[in-house]
Amino acid sequence: MSNSPTTLFDKVWDSHVVRKIEDGPDVFFIDRHFIHEVTSPVAFLGLEQRGIGVMYPERTFATADHNTPTINQHLPVDDPLSANQLQQLATNSAKYGISHWGLGDPKNGIVHVVGPENGITLPGFTIVCGDSHTSTHGAFGAIAFGIGTSEVEMVLSSQCIMQPKPKKMRINVNGQLGKGVTPKDVALYIISKLSTSGATGYFVEYAGDVFENMTMEGRMTVCNLSIEMGARGGMIAPDQTTFDYIQGRPLAPKGADWDTQLAYWKTLKTDAGASFDEEINFKASDIEPMITYGTNPGMGMGISKHIPKASEVEGGVATYEKSLDYMGFAENDSMIGKKVDYVFIGSCTNGRIEDFRAFASIVKGHKKADHVTAWVVPGSHIVEAQIKEEGILDILTEAGFVLRQPGCSACLAMNDDKIPAGKYAVSTSNRNFEGRQGPGSRTLLASPLVAAAAAITGVVTDPREFL
Amino acid sequence: MAYDSFSVLKSSAVPMPIENVDTDQIIPARFLKATERKGFGDNLFRDWRYDKNDQPKQDFVLNNPTYSGKILVGGKNFGSGSSREHAAWAIYDYGFRCVVSSFFADIFRGNAINVGILPVQVSPEFLHEIFTAIEKDPKTELVVDLQAQTITIVATGASESFAINGYKKHNLLNGFDDIDYLQAMKSEIADFASKR
Ligand code: SF4
Repeated sequence: MSNSPTTLFDKVWDSHVVRKIEDGPDVFFIDRHFIHEVTSPVAFLGLEQRGIGVMYPERTFATADHNTPTINQHLPVDDPLSANQLQQLATNSAKYGISHWGLGDPKNGIVHVVGPENGITLPGFTIVCGDSHTSTHGAFGAIAFGIGTSEVEMVLSSQCIMQPKPKKMRINVNGQLGKGVTPKDVALYIISKLSTSGATGYFVEYAGDVFENMTMEGRMTVCNLSIEMGARGGMIAPDQTTFDYIQGRPLAPKGADWDTQLAYWKTLKTDAGASFDEEINFKASDIEPMITYGTNPGMGMGISKHIPKASEVEGGVATYEKSLDYMGFAENDSMIGKKVDYVFIGSCTNGRIEDFRAFASIVKGHKKADHVTAWVVPGSHIVEAQIKEEGILDILTEAGFVLRQPGCSACLAMNDDKIPAGKYAVSTSNRNFEGRQGPGSRTLLASPLVAAAAAITGVVTDPREFL
Repeated sequence: MAYDSFSVLKSSAVPMPIENVDTDQIIPARFLKATERKGFGDNLFRDWRYDKNDQPKQDFVLNNPTYSGKILVGGKNFGSGSSREHAAWAIYDYGFRCVVSSFFADIFRGNAINVGILPVQVSPEFLHEIFTAIEKDPKTELVVDLQAQTITIVATGASESFAINGYKKHNLLNGFDDIDYLQAMKSEIADFASKR
C-alpha cells in the first residue's frame, strides 16, 4: 500500500487519523489550533460547564483580530461587547496557559497572517481555527480548514475533531499570467468557473506552473479563497519557495530539528499517477484582472466584460435577479466606469506585504480621488512595520492615503469600519455577501491592483492602464 | 448532553426558496459579540427580517404568520460562507430542529448536527415537491424520521430517504455529542500525540 502512488492530501490526512470510526468520521489529530475573540468564548464556557481542561495548551495560539478597532488601538475599546470578548480571550488564554497576542502586542494581527509570518504554520501540519479562511495555511502544504465553535471546544479538550475524509480535487493552472493578473484574479477566476458550491465536499490541491511560480503570499491568497467555492480547504505542495519563507521565522524549527523536518517536508508532494476524484484544468492566458458584480464570490468576471444575462447563468433566475437588484446593477452592464465610494485594501486574503507593494505600484505619483474613502489596513503589525521600512508608507501618504492599524476591519465590519448602506466598495477581501461589509453595503471584490486603480480614479478602472 | 435528542419530527415548515443562503444572512457579523450561547434567535436573518429602523419587513417569510413550524426548507447551497456556528445556534434558538435543502455547505452541515439540528438533504425534485405542497397549503406537515432516515409530505404521502452516517445518527438519536466520545478516548489520543 505504501508503494502505490499517493496524493499530498492523503499523505498528510492519513498520518493524522487517531481512530477510524466505522460508518462515521475519522478522529483527526490537530497539530496547530488558532483561536480569536469571536468564536472561542462559548467553547471555553463549554469546558467549564463540563469541568474539563485544555489538553495541549502549547498547540493553541490566540490572537485578537475580528472586532478590534483599526485606529487608536492604545485606547480602551469603546464598544462594551467587543471589549468583553477581547477581555475573555485574554482571561481564558491566561487561565489555560495559551499564548495570546492581544491588541497592541507587536505580534498581533489577523490570525491567518500572523500564523505563517511567525513560523507557526508548517508543511504537513493539520491546522484549524474557528474561521473559514483557515484554508490560507494550505499554501504551506498543510491541511487547514475552518471549524465551528463546538469543534473549537473539541480541539481544546482533546486536540482532535471528528472529520469525514473529504474527496480530492486537483486544479491545474498552467501557462503565463498576463500583465496585471494577480493570484487574487486566478482565485476569483476559478471560483467564477466552479461557482460557490462547485468544490463542496472536496479538498483541493492546486498544481501547475502558475502556482509553482507564485510567492508564498500569492499562494496564501489562492488557498485562502478555496472556501469560496465550497471546498473544505486547498493546499499547494511545499517547495524551495516555502522552505525559504519559513526558515528563520521566530517559531520555525531550528538547527538539527530544521534538518529533520526539511527532509520530511521534501516528501510532501503528490506522486506521479496518484488519482483524484476530480481534476480540472485552466489556462493562465484565459485569466484577466477580475471583479465581482453580485452577492457571492462566484459572481465574478474579467473586468472588461459585461454582466451576464440571467438567462445565461446556471441556477435560479430569481436568486440572480435578487442579487443584481441588491447591487443596483443590470444585466449586460459594463463594470468599467461604475462609481466607487469606498476602497478597502486588507484582510487575510490581501493584507500581506506583497499586496501593499502592488497597491503602491499603482497609486505612486497619483492622488486618491476626492470622493473615495480609502481604508488601508495591514494584516499584522509585522506587515505594518514592513510597509514603513520599505518606504511604501511615504508613497501612500504622498498620494493621500492613511495607513490604519491591523485587524480584520471592513472584511466583516464587526468594528466601526462599516461601508454605509447603498455605497459601493472595491474590496480586496473575500466576501461580497449582502451586508457583509455593513448593512446594505455593496461589495466589489478585486485584487490590490484593481483596488488601487479605483482609488485614484474613483470609478472601476482596468489596472492595466497604469502598468 | 448538549442538546435534546432527535427521533421523529412532525411539523409544518417555513419555506425559503432562495439559493446560496449564506451564514452572513443567517446571522450578520455584528450580532456575534455575545460570549454565551443565548438569544441568537432574535437576530436570525436579521437584515432580511427587519428594516433599517428595526421594523419587521412584511414580505419576509418569518414575519408572515401564515408560515410556522420546526422545519426550515431552504434552496440549494444552504449555509455557505463563514464557519460561524452562531448561524446554527440562531436557527436552533429560533425554534427550528431540522433544515431541509437540496445541498448544504460542508461546515454548516457539521455545525448543525453538532448543535442538534438535523440537516436533511433531498433531491432537487423532492425539494420542489415540498415547496409546491407548502404553497398549496401553508399548514401542510412534513414528517422527518431519523431512525428510518425518511422525510415524508403527509398530504401527498410522497417520501424520500436521506443519508446520514451511522455515528452521527446514533449521537442525534441519543443526544450525545463528539466531546463525550473524545473524552472517553483521551489516553489513545495521548499515545498518538507522543509519537508525533
Ligand atoms: S480578515 Fe475577514 S476572512 Fe480573514 S479572518 Fe478576518 S474576518 Fe475572517
